[in-house]
Amino acid sequence: MLVRATGVPRLRGDLRLRAYWLLLVAGMRTQSAYPLATFAGLVANATFGLLKTAILFAVVEAAGGGIAGYTAGTMSAYIWLSQGLLGSVNLYGRSDMTERVRTGDVATDFLRPVNVQAANILPAIGKGLFAFVPRGLPSIVIGVLVVGMTMPATPGPYVLGTVSMVLGIVLSHSVVYLVAVSGFWLVETRGFVGLYMAVGGLFAGLFTPFHLFPDWLQVIGRATPFPSMMMFPIDVLTARVTGFAALQVVGVQLAWLAGALAVGHLMTRAGQRKLEVQGG
Amino acid sequence: MSSIIETRDLTREFTVRDRLRRRTVTAVDGLSLRVAAGESVGYIGANGAGKSTTIKMIVGILVPTSGEATTCGLRPVRDRRVLARRVGVVFGQRSQLWWDLPVRESFEILAAIHALRPAEARARAAELAETLELGEFLATPVRQLSLGQRMRAEIAAALLHRPELLILDEPTIGLDVLSKQRLREFLIAERREHGTTLLLTTHDMGDIERLCDRVLVVDRGRLAYDGTLDGLAATVGARRVLVVDLVEPTADLVGLPGTEHLRSKVGGLRQHLVLDGSTTLAAVLAAVAEHAELRDLSIEEPDIEDVVRRIYAASR
Repeated sequence: MLVRATGVPRLRGDLRLRAYWLLLVAGMRTQSAYPLATFAGLVANATFGLLKTAILFAVVEAAGGGIAGYTAGTMSAYIWLSQGLLGSVNLYGRSDMTERVRTGDVATDFLRPVNVQAANILPAIGKGLFAFVPRGLPSIVIGVLVVGMTMPATPGPYVLGTVSMVLGIVLSHSVVYLVAVSGFWLVETRGFVGLYMAVGGLFAGLFTPFHLFPDWLQVIGRATPFPSMMMFPIDVLTARVTGFAALQVVGVQLAWLAGALAVGHLMTRAGQRKLEVQGG
Repeated sequence: MSSIIETRDLTREFTVRDRLRRRTVTAVDGLSLRVAAGESVGYIGANGAGKSTTIKMIVGILVPTSGEATTCGLRPVRDRRVLARRVGVVFGQRSQLWWDLPVRESFEILAAIHALRPAEARARAAELAETLELGEFLATPVRQLSLGQRMRAEIAAALLHRPELLILDEPTIGLDVLSKQRLREFLIAERREHGTTLLLTTHDMGDIERLCDRVLVVDRGRLAYDGTLDGLAATVGARRVLVVDLVEPTADLVGLPGTEHLRSKVGGLRQHLVLDGSTTLAAVLAAVAEHAELRDLSIEEPDIEDVVRRIYAASR
């Protein structure tokens, strides 16, 4: 017996968009609820930034003042931008969703008339975007004041670089979502999280610029979404790549994002059928 | 009466791995039940009897192994998002609120998720805040609420979109007596006002006594009883007990019609007689009066906790 659903409020487009907007904002508000943790994050970022500066400046100097197209100034820009993005780009492979799947709390998400994937990625993006203010900007300021960095003099790279940076943040959270929902099939996702952290950090440019890697490693790296999360956006922002090549970077990012979202959609749907809410 | 929940041969099996062996556990086993719109039904059973599994299938977050469920005329898994607009669910042990945000903001997000118009949402939130007395902590982040406060906020969150079916899975777990009472009073008023259908699982018989017209008992995944609470007491042989206080110590009142002597106290001054309902109370009292002069009497109703204990014990 299947009665037609009468009296169901029609999906009112503008109101639903408002819901997704509020979820994004909820992420920002959540992040803002922990100023002390944010500050601690900034201190850690700055410390590691200085460490990276010491090592990578020595590398540039040993190479005779330039390596793989980097000077001390552009290397500094890479270091402090990447440190600044660490609070926003998820390179840890873990999110609130990881926990929600593990504990079964994800059941409450499925009890709502929402797209579960969007409802989980948006707050994570909100957190990431918000973190850029208390963690990202100060890191960059420290870099400028303490070390000095070479940045482009024209507005173009900043505009496209901002777009690319936001895409990188969104992409990272969309891929971390995939790791989280793999928990519908795996009881424990720690292995995947560890793999994401190791491989992701390497190719996203967490330790050294991607461009310092030997060619074969770069080929492997380009076959993953990780450089598009942080390394490539920094290339655009610092005008390492410009013009058509910069647009290509954004195109590749969009392609990875579309792929991650599509796979996430399928995994969410299949996962709903697989869902065996843990813990009663 | 149209049915709001209907299950036919609903079955769910889980594969459990212990060490190397895999075995199949049937949590819900061919369950067929029907709940009419506007009813208030208590769904009880021992831990592991299959209550939560049934509810998860009814609301579409668990796929049945076989059989089917129809909720609000919809297929729960396939029509999950449409169904979610018509059902409110509270799992007592899980939160649907945003941990770090003030209660008010959780309501705002939920209202938007349910596509309520802002004016409509504000009015409803204000109504719930008043009846559930949320006012004093609307601006408090959820993580700072007491359990009682959080549970009231959870119920408000589940009712924000005026669902026609409210499902509460152990809503009073961990609450103190006063909080329980307030919650029950609210639910009674809410149902009176809006005619909301209620399906409630609980281990607290007070919830059932106060809130439910009908009881379903599930035992090892099967329906063990479906009827009124009084009827439930009768089926397990929990009977009313007549307690008579006599003027003088009297020998045990054995063999009176319609009764069975249970025990005597204070040398026979007080005697407990089980009533089997085969004759009138007047006849019983007349029979007692033939043996001794009656000083006082009282009747003990079957204790619901005891009734349930008997059912659970019988199933072990």
